[in-house]
Amino acid sequence: MSIIAQYGDVFIILACVFGFFMAWGVGANDVANAMGTSVGSKAITIKQAIIIAVIFEFLGAWLAGGQVTETIRKGIIDPALLENDPQMLVYGMLASLLAAGSWLMIASFKGWPVSTTHSIVGAIVGFAVAGLGVQSVNWGSVGTIALSWITSPLIAGVFSFMLFRSVQVLIFDNPDPFAAAKRYVPGYIFLVGFIVSMVTLVKGLSHVGLQLTFGESLLLAVAFGVIIMMFGLLLENRINRGDRRARSNYDFSSVERIFGVLMMFTACAMAFAHGSNDVANAVGPLAAVISVVENSGSVTGSATMPWWVLVLGGGGIVVGLVTYGHKVIATVGTGITELTPSRGFAATLSAASTVVLASGTGLPISTTHTLVGAVLGVGLARGMAALNLRVLGSIVLSWLITLPAGALLSIAFFFMFKGMFG
Amino acid sequence: MVSTNPFSALFGRSPFQPLLAHIVKTSECASQLLPFFDAALGGDWDEAKKHREAITRLEHEADELKTQLRLNLPNTMFLPVSRSDLLELISVQDKIANKARDITGIMMGRNMIIPETLAEPMRDYLRTAVDTVEQARKALEELEDLLESGFGRNVSDVMHELIKELHDLEHQADEQQIDIRRRLFQLESELPPVDVIFLYKIIEWIGELSDRAERVGSRLQILTAR
Repeated sequence: MSIIAQYGDVFIILACVFGFFMAWGVGANDVANAMGTSVGSKAITIKQAIIIAVIFEFLGAWLAGGQVTETIRKGIIDPALLENDPQMLVYGMLASLLAAGSWLMIASFKGWPVSTTHSIVGAIVGFAVAGLGVQSVNWGSVGTIALSWITSPLIAGVFSFMLFRSVQVLIFDNPDPFAAAKRYVPGYIFLVGFIVSMVTLVKGLSHVGLQLTFGESLLLAVAFGVIIMMFGLLLENRINRGDRRARSNYDFSSVERIFGVLMMFTACAMAFAHGSNDVANAVGPLAAVISVVENSGSVTGSATMPWWVLVLGGGGIVVGLVTYGHKVIATVGTGITELTPSRGFAATLSAASTVVLASGTGLPISTTHTLVGAVLGVGLARGMAALNLRVLGSIVLSWLITLPAGALLSIAFFFMFKGMFG
Repeated sequence: MVSTNPFSALFGRSPFQPLLAHIVKTSECASQLLPFFDAALGGDWDEAKKHREAITRLEHEADELKTQLRLNLPNTMFLPVSRSDLLELISVQDKIANKARDITGIMMGRNMIIPETLAEPMRDYLRTAVDTVEQARKALEELEDLLESGFGRNVSDVMHELIKELHDLEHQADEQQIDIRRRLFQLESELPPVDVIFLYKIIEWIGELSDRAERVGSRLQILTAR
C-alpha cells in the first residue's frame, strides 16, 4: 500500500498545522515592516494600522495570493521526476514549512535578519537538491525568482523616484502648496485604488470564480479608483489651512496633513500587497501536499487549489498579527520617524505596486527589501535628509545567512520525515 | 549581529539640525561682541571680561556641535547634498566663532583703548559685521523649508534673496573698513605705534567676521545647487 494512501490524512493535517504556524510567524514578524513606515510617518495610529492590516492582509492573501502560491507549490520543483516517489515531495514540503517556521522563530528571537520568502525558497531548493538530486529543481524558475529579488527593490526605487518628483513639481514647487495639495492628492488616491485593483483583477481572480476580460478589468479598476477618490475627498475636506508659522513663508505642515489622508490608503494597499505575496510562503507547500495526496500520489495532477488553503493562510497571518504582531509594529513604527507623509506615500505606494505586480506574476519577493529600495528612490530625488547605505550590506548579508539556514534545516527535517514514514 | 530590521539601519541622523543649531550658536556668539565692545570703550574691563567669558563658552559649545555633526556623518551616508560641501560649510561657520573669540582675546589682553574719534565708526562697523553673521543665520534657517519641499525652486529663490542681501551687507562692511582705515591713517602719527598696529589688526579681524559670514552664504549656495 502506497505511503500516500496510508498516511494521506496525517500528511494533510501536519501540513495544515505547519502552514498555519508559518502563517502565524508571517503575521507576527513580517507585517510590521510593511506597516511600520505608515505608522512612523504618524499618518495612522498603531491601532488603525492593526485594523487595516487585519482586513487587508486577509483580503490580499485570499484574493491575490493564488499565483505566488502556485509558484511555490509547483514552480520550483519539477514534478515529473517524482512520479515514482510522490511521498518525497510531501516530506520535502513538510520539511520546508517546518524549517522556515523554525528559522523564523530562532532568528526573530535572536534578532537576526530573516525574510520569510527567502527562508521558504531556500528550504525548498535545499531539500530538493539534497534529497532528490540536482536535476529535480527547476533552475530556470529559481533563477527568475532570484533575479526578482534584485529587480524588485530597483523597480520600486525607480517608481518612488518618479512619484516623489511628481509631488515636488506639482505641489512643493507651487506658490501655494496647500491649494496644490488639495487639488492633486485626490489624483494620487485614485492612483492607489486603480493600480492595486487593476493588477489584482487582470492577473486573475479565477480562483474565486471571477473571470474578466481586460476591458472589464480596466473599467472596474477605474470605478474602484474613483470610489476611493471620493472617499478620500470627503476626508480631505476636513483639513483646513493651519496658521502660518511666524517665520516660515510656507505652510508645509498642513500639506503633510493632506498627505496623511493619502497615506491611509497606501497603508491599506501595502497590507493588501504584503498579504498577497507572503501568504504563499505559508500555504504554498501546504497546497503542494494537498495536491499530491488528493491525486492519490500523482504529482502532476492539476487539481485547482481548494479555496480554504488561502483562507487558512490569511487567517494564520491575522492571528499572528493580533497575538504578537501588534507589538512588533509598535516597535518598528516608533523607530521610523524620518518619513513624513509625502515621502512615506511615495515609498509605500511604489513598494505596494511592485509587490502586487510580483504577486500577479507569481514571483515571491521580499516586501521589506522592496520598501528599502523604494525609500532609497525617494532619497535619490532629494527627499530624505540622511540615509545610511550600510543597509544594502546588511541586506546582502541577510541573503547569505537566510538561504543556507533555510536549506540546511529543511534537509535535516526532510531526512527526519523520510525516516519516520519511510 | 545585524539587526532583524533593515529600517533601523536605513535612516541616518539628519545633519541639518546640528548645522542649524551651530549657526544659531555662532550668531549668538558674534552678537555678544557688541556689549563687549561697549564695555571696552567705556574702560569697564570687568564687564568686558564677563562678555568675553560668554563668547568663549558659546564658541566652545559651537565646537561641540561641529564635532557631533562630523562624528555622525560616516562615508556611507547618502544625503541630498554633497557630504564634502556640508563638512566645508560647517568648517567655515566655525571660523566665525573662532574669530570673534580671537578679537576679544586681543582686546582684553592689551586693555585696548580706542581713540575717541574712531569709537563711533568702529561701533557701526562692528554692528554691520554682526548683522552679516545674523543674515547668514537667516539664510541657513531656510534650509528647513528647503528640505521639506525637496529642494523646490520657490524656497531656493527665497534663500538666494537672503544670500544676495548677505553680499550687500558684506560690501557695506568693506566700505566702512576702508573709511576707518583712512581715519586711523590720519591719526596714526599721534598714537603709540604698537597700539596702532594692533588697531589695524582688530579692524582687519572685524572685517573677517563679515567676510566669513559671506563665505557661509556662498557655501550654502553651492550646497543647495545641483
